[in-house]
Amino acid sequence: MSSTPTTSTTARGEPWVWLTSLGLIVGLVMVAGLLSLVVSEGLRVFWPETVAVTELKEGRAIIGPMVQRRIRPGSPASAPVYERQYQVGMREVNGQAYQWFDESRVVKESFPAEVMGLERMENGPAFVRPVRLTNSAGKVYQATEAAFATELQNEVSRAAGIREKIASLTKNEIGDLNSQMEKSRIDLRRAEDQHLPVEPIKARLEQLNQAYAGLHDQAENLQKQAGLAKLEVLDAAKNAHVIPLFQIVRAWSPNQLSFGERLGIFFSRIGEFITAEPREANTEGGVMPAIFGTLAMTVFMSLLVTPFGVIAAVYLREYAQQGFLLRFVRICVNNLAGVPSIVFGVFGLGFFVYVLGGTIDQLFFADQLKYNNHSPVFGTGGLVWCSLTLALMTLPVVIVATEEALGSVPRGMREASLATGASKWQTIRYVILPAAAPGILTGVILAMARGAGEVAPLMLVGVVKLAPTLPIDATAPFLHLDRKFMHLGFHEYDLGFQSPDSDAARPMVFATTLLLIILVVCLNIGAIYIRNRLRARYKSASF
Amino acid sequence: MTRLKVRPSTERGGRKDYISIKNFGFWYGSKKALESISLDIPERQVVAFIGPSGCGKSTLLRNLNRMNDLVDNIRHEGDIQIDSRSIYDPGLEVISLRRRVGMVFQKSNPFPKSIFENVVYALRVVGVRDRALLEEVCETSLRKAALWDEVKDRLHDSALGLSGGQMQRLCIARAIANRPEILLMDEPCSALDPIATGKIEELIHELKEQFTIVIVTHSMQQAARVSDRTAFFYLGKQVEYDTTEKIFMNPSQPQTEAYISGRFG
Repeated sequence: MSSTPTTSTTARGEPWVWLTSLGLIVGLVMVAGLLSLVVSEGLRVFWPETVAVTELKEGRAIIGPMVQRRIRPGSPASAPVYERQYQVGMREVNGQAYQWFDESRVVKESFPAEVMGLERMENGPAFVRPVRLTNSAGKVYQATEAAFATELQNEVSRAAGIREKIASLTKNEIGDLNSQMEKSRIDLRRAEDQHLPVEPIKARLEQLNQAYAGLHDQAENLQKQAGLAKLEVLDAAKNAHVIPLFQIVRAWSPNQLSFGERLGIFFSRIGEFITAEPREANTEGGVMPAIFGTLAMTVFMSLLVTPFGVIAAVYLREYAQQGFLLRFVRICVNNLAGVPSIVFGVFGLGFFVYVLGGTIDQLFFADQLKYNNHSPVFGTGGLVWCSLTLALMTLPVVIVATEEALGSVPRGMREASLATGASKWQTIRYVILPAAAPGILTGVILAMARGAGEVAPLMLVGVVKLAPTLPIDATAPFLHLDRKFMHLGFHEYDLGFQSPDSDAARPMVFATTLLLIILVVCLNIGAIYIRNRLRARYKSASF
Repeated sequence: MTRLKVRPSTERGGRKDYISIKNFGFWYGSKKALESISLDIPERQVVAFIGPSGCGKSTLLRNLNRMNDLVDNIRHEGDIQIDSRSIYDPGLEVISLRRRVGMVFQKSNPFPKSIFENVVYALRVVGVRDRALLEEVCETSLRKAALWDEVKDRLHDSALGLSGGQMQRLCIARAIANRPEILLMDEPCSALDPIATGKIEELIHELKEQFTIVIVTHSMQQAARVSDRTAFFYLGKQVEYDTTEKIFMNPSQPQTEAYISGRFG
């Protein structure tokens, strides 16, 4: 056919083929660009770069890796002035961890081997020249000694061990005690209010207080023990500082590392990022609570939205009288998908949190309200309300997908089931729903992807900047639906726009974005895997 | 559970008016699909409905187990009685009617489940949990459908892996698993090759010992081969209904003769 000379290019449709492929290419390029930016910037954070000692004109020197170089904004195009951004670290000395310098001020740049990078619990990283180390036994090592490096690493891991012990002490035992004390205090107030004997409760409280003091001392002792070891260093201006080892998370010599050692640090930082809790206003440390919160919320949301959506769709498709009212309902459901998510957030706050949560508090936690300064339990943002809000938001997706899936079950299957004497409900239950399951799952996948990436409504109904206690833990009842939690999407917003030091937070924004994308991809792959298994089981007959 | 008892074997060709269609008319919306049909179908015989496309033979068949109830906007007049009881009796549940009147469709429509689950589906939906009973019913049904030897080693494989002819026989096994009294077959061989068709026809011969069979077919040869009686429909009207021999050898209506000799249709 195409060889017929009279057929024009337009008639053969070639321009449309080009146009459609162009559309695909534009889409692919944008996705690839976004992904490569996120991946490169996100992974760069973890890579230990070489650290320069830069001498500036006025006799000042800085130690720190160069982050970026650009033409100074406002400098003439004919004679551009370049400036460089350095991560100078040591906020207690430099004020800001990232600083810009005109390139013309740079006199000399070198990469001395003795420079060290230190990640610390407070005041961000530091780039210094080490002088001497006093270990926990009081023995002193000069930085020039051969044993210095090994001893330093030993002390760093020892400090890490102590920090972990203190953390677990605070979290598990002290946390447990705290909640018991909280309860006893409420009991006490109730007893006082109702003129019941208060002595046993007071005694119990006293006992708990003592236990608390004991644990507190234990924690302090641990800290003191760690405080013996210290590292003396010189900063860029050759001023001496003493850094307790307890403060040091990681120490490395960026200009001496082999490629393998760099990789080691790279992966250990990624590991820390995924498994540790955030510190320093979220600009450092890990995002484990946020990962956990995002996952828990998304899974819980799916568990809520799937039955609701499927039930609604089954009624709409199978039972409801087809007519004007049904069309109207369907249009409303579809429009629900177009409502801005923040509106759902406001609704969630107004209805779920205040009305539903408030009622639950009135009914079941009246004591707590009365005797605990009116602090609400469910009447404030929490995991359950976030999940419910997002479930409501993603409901149209599931309903529409389920309706489509139900509609595409071959008519023959329906008839076959009815003809054997099955009732309509049995037909739906045993034949139609299983056959529609892959299509329903597609809807759930879409809903999960949308829910996991949503931020705006969550800010109103329970996501917070910092919530180190997870919504699922070892304290009964294990699943704490009323707890506020952290979310990767909100974490990103918080880092990017609410952080006191936006330059310090920027790398973390990319790393968090990368993680969120990976998480959503993983959730989707999981769901797609399930769907494909179902599809293989329920693939429709060939004719 | 009484439903599962084996029916006492009686002489072939018991009641003459086992299914009795009386002055039956049927409308899809305002379109009249059937007009005053009256015919009696004897017990344990095979009756074939023939006629050109759109003549209403499938509509009539699908009324016998009220499958047409699924269609919106339908209306009927007259009556259909099975064993002297009207199928439109308000006291009769459609579900129990369909348990007595099994159906095999033009397109084989096995469920996307295992062969075993397909066969015992009708028992599953009434809540039979007894494994031994299910297995027994599965085997007898598949044997009756002449499929047992081919699938006995893969009962728990997906039914969708069977060939077209096997699938159709599976559908027959599924339809007879809860021991209906009547089996409706809506062009059961139209999508099958001649060998599979031959097997199904043999099967019909065997099944009529136990079931009353009504078959809709486009193939005159098939009607001649399998049926005892044949009804010819044209444009929603019953033109002629008689023994198959009479219809094919010596039809009384010129329209019937024209159709079976291939001059129209």
